[in-house]
Amino acid sequence: MITEFKLPELGENILSGTVVKIPVKTGDSVKKEDTVLEIEASKATIEVPSPVDGIIREIAVQEGQEIKVGQLIMKIQTEGAKGAPEGKTEAKAPPPAQHAPIREEKAAAPPPETAEEVAAAPSVRRLARERAVDISKVKGSGPAGRILEEDVIAYARGIKKEQPAPEIQQELLPDFTQWGEIECVPMGATRLHIARHLSAAWHVIPHVTHFDKADITELEITLKKYSTRERALTITPFLIKIAASALKLFPHFNASVDMRKREIAYKKYFNIGVAVDTEKGLVVPVIRDVDKKNIFAIADELKEVSKRARANKLTIAEMQGGCFTITNLGGIGCTSFAPIIHWPEAAILGVPRSRWEPVYIDKQFVPRKVLTLSLSFDHRIIDGAEAARFLRWICQTAEQPLLLEMEG
Amino acid sequence: MLVLGAGPGGYAAAFMAADLGLAVTLVDEEINPGGVCLFRGCIPSKALLHASKLISDSREAAGIGIDFGKPVIDLKKLREWKDHVVQKLTAGLGQLCARRTIHYIRGHGRFLDSGSMEVKGSEGAEQKISFDHAIVASGSKPVTLPVASASRRVLDSTSALNLEDIPGQLLIVGGGYIGLEMGTVYCELGAEVSVVEMAPNLLPGTDSDLTDVLHARLARHFKSIMLTTRVTKVEEEGGGLRATLQGQDGKISRQHFDKMLVAIGRTPNSKGLGLENTDAELTPDGFLRVDPQRATTDPRIHAIGDVAGEPMLAHKATHEGRVAAISLSGGKAAFEPRAIPSVIFTNPEIAWCGVTETEARKRNIRFTITKFPWAASGRAATINRMDGFTKLILHPDTGRILGVGIVGDGCGELISEGVVAIEMGARASDLELCIHPHPTLSETIMESAQLATGYGTHFFKPQS
Ligand SMILES: Cc1cc2nc3c(=O)[nH]c(=O)nc-3n(C[C@H](O)[C@H](O)[C@H](O)COP(=O)(O)OP(=O)(O)OC[C@H]3O[C@@H](n4cnc5c(N)ncnc54)[C@H](O)[C@@H]3O)c2cc1C
Repeated sequence: MITEFKLPELGENILSGTVVKIPVKTGDSVKKEDTVLEIEASKATIEVPSPVDGIIREIAVQEGQEIKVGQLIMKIQTEGAKGAPEGKTEAKAPPPAQHAPIREEKAAAPPPETAEEVAAAPSVRRLARERAVDISKVKGSGPAGRILEEDVIAYARGIKKEQPAPEIQQELLPDFTQWGEIECVPMGATRLHIARHLSAAWHVIPHVTHFDKADITELEITLKKYSTRERALTITPFLIKIAASALKLFPHFNASVDMRKREIAYKKYFNIGVAVDTEKGLVVPVIRDVDKKNIFAIADELKEVSKRARANKLTIAEMQGGCFTITNLGGIGCTSFAPIIHWPEAAILGVPRSRWEPVYIDKQFVPRKVLTLSLSFDHRIIDGAEAARFLRWICQTAEQPLLLEMEG
Repeated sequence: MLVLGAGPGGYAAAFMAADLGLAVTLVDEEINPGGVCLFRGCIPSKALLHASKLISDSREAAGIGIDFGKPVIDLKKLREWKDHVVQKLTAGLGQLCARRTIHYIRGHGRFLDSGSMEVKGSEGAEQKISFDHAIVASGSKPVTLPVASASRRVLDSTSALNLEDIPGQLLIVGGGYIGLEMGTVYCELGAEVSVVEMAPNLLPGTDSDLTDVLHARLARHFKSIMLTTRVTKVEEEGGGLRATLQGQDGKISRQHFDKMLVAIGRTPNSKGLGLENTDAELTPDGFLRVDPQRATTDPRIHAIGDVAGEPMLAHKATHEGRVAAISLSGGKAAFEPRAIPSVIFTNPEIAWCGVTETEARKRNIRFTITKFPWAASGRAATINRMDGFTKLILHPDTGRILGVGIVGDGCGELISEGVVAIEMGARASDLELCIHPHPTLSETIMESAQLATGYGTHFFKPQS
């Protein structure tokens, strides 16, 4: 017998949900109460159990699909009353009349799913050919997975989108020559890459930027004290180290969101990227396993990597695998700024130039070296309060580096 | 563009290419387009089968109270009528050719290289034609039986269609569709027909449940059907032929026949075309090797129809012809059918399309079957022909229609519904939910689909 399994009631006032996972596939046998579907409704994930023992014959929903209570989700073949498979039960039915129709079921190895077996009308197959779409790759939205014209069109569009990074539609530029002379120069590869990457990041990540101030008077004295001719300590290696410790304390900052899979990837490694300004444009080499290195080692590596970045000698691998980025414009100026997150990371720390500011301490204003740090973060996974705590921790640690040892 | 051979493949390709704006030359030995199909295949054989059906239907009418008596057969007139049908259709094709300003050349063509052909006219006149692209549509010819000498009494399908006379005793060598169709014609016209077939069943390769129904009827009308039997020797003997037959157990018998029809298959016409002067390659079976656009291994030469591979059927040739012409005109076409229908015009007819049961087993495809017997069809009862059934081969999980097989009176006209269903990716439930006209034999397709999805109207099956 075939049981049509419809989405049961999931709870009070929950009428629909989104399929987040289908842990079974056609042909699987399931036991009653085995989870056959995971649904997200009202921000909770609900596991939907099978109502019967049997074999899944058809799955009528797809991951990501919005489904309603009462909607058919799958067909499950249950075993006959005496435990015989369906075909045999039928054979046991009273012998049919002389010319009785025969319904037999023959099971053999599943057919190889070749392109030939895709269900699509000849006109749809022709459309696919004309659009250079491999029809065997298209997912059909019709009954029993039949591929419709719309599916082919959607797929053709999808392919085009996937090839280069999404080009954000832009209005045509006006004719500037009406106001004066111009010169048009083609974009170099690096510039083009940066442009695309930043547009995409800005487009997909809802950015929020927080600012906070760190009193680095003492820190600067310390850094100067330990600087040598060979190794001039700046604040960047120190911030790199603090950032790695902060990621450990605040794991949401060491994460990436995957909206398609509806997953968040938490990273168990601590690689920090540092934005380096070069002639060709911005590049971001990555310093790996910062948690295992001391500040001197980080300073040496940073110096070496920046030198190679400016000489245009970085490999692609050296610019990949970062968890969090620090961008320091202090050498140039700026009182504070809101950087764009280096996708697929979750946050970025902006470092401007420190300034002497009057700070009210013990009932009087005293001159202190103050750094206004900024933190842009992905608001999809990081809430504002958490970001404030994260940035505060960085500022406090800059003021009292002992925290690095106590908490970091 | 040049097209060699004006059968249903070649003329369809030429017409399509001309309609798409190409300058087309069509070369064939006959006076008009038509090929084997019209001159000595489908059309004359179906005309004669129509005549033989009239004879058997009128004979069987006696059973429902209408006795026409013994028919008087005017063989000359029958022959003339058949020839007239062929002449009319081929002349029509000739006109269609002229209307499209296709350059039709009568003669035997031979490739000189991948860009030119020499055509020898019937009067020995020769001409050389250059082309950018060529389509080979040279068709096929009957395979001869080595042991049968070149005797006037040994026929092939072409001479059998000429209907010179009706032999008293006719031996048909080969139980394929051509042998059985011609056997049916000669049997109804009065010959005593015997069939020998090497394989253990008629129509080798066809689902045996379908052929069983035909076999049962033929066994009543033919003198004998000898399976797993081969002809080992044929000799002229006193105004006839003596055939030596060897059965499965090795037992040898000698029998006398007036004539013999050899119908043991067809072989592609790929020799003598000068293909060795091109880069087109042949398969071990002598077919031209082609890709989905029907291009051969020589990029300037395409091939279609019987010479390009099985199944050797006219409608397959025509479809390929259009694919090749469209693709040569820059269109995106491909030969990728899900269902090529086959019809055997015996009495009863057999028709199928898509995956057969035999093929599904061989390829390890999972399937379910439903069969609706014509005994439960109102229409079959009113035409007094309950010998038949309609079978659907379905995907066991989705109910998608993979194949359709039918045996029964006139079922060749029913199979196209199966072709459309398969090509559209339809499921049994789609056919079940389409209203079919009553009372017609087409209802058997709907009722078969009903059985697949649950309850049939005209058949009660207790549910477990
Ligand atoms: C008795 C019989 C009954 C049949 N019944 C059916 C049926 O009911 N349904 C069906 O679908 N099929 C049937 N067929 C098969 C059908 O006839 C063929 O599949 C079909 O004709 C193939 O078409 P084609 O275009 O490939 O070539 P053909 O029809 O074989 O035509 C080829 C043409 O090329 C010409 N030619 C070959 N070489 C040269 C050359 N070098 N120079 C010039 N001209 C050349 C030939 O003279 C011929 O005219 C039947 C065949 C036979 C013999």
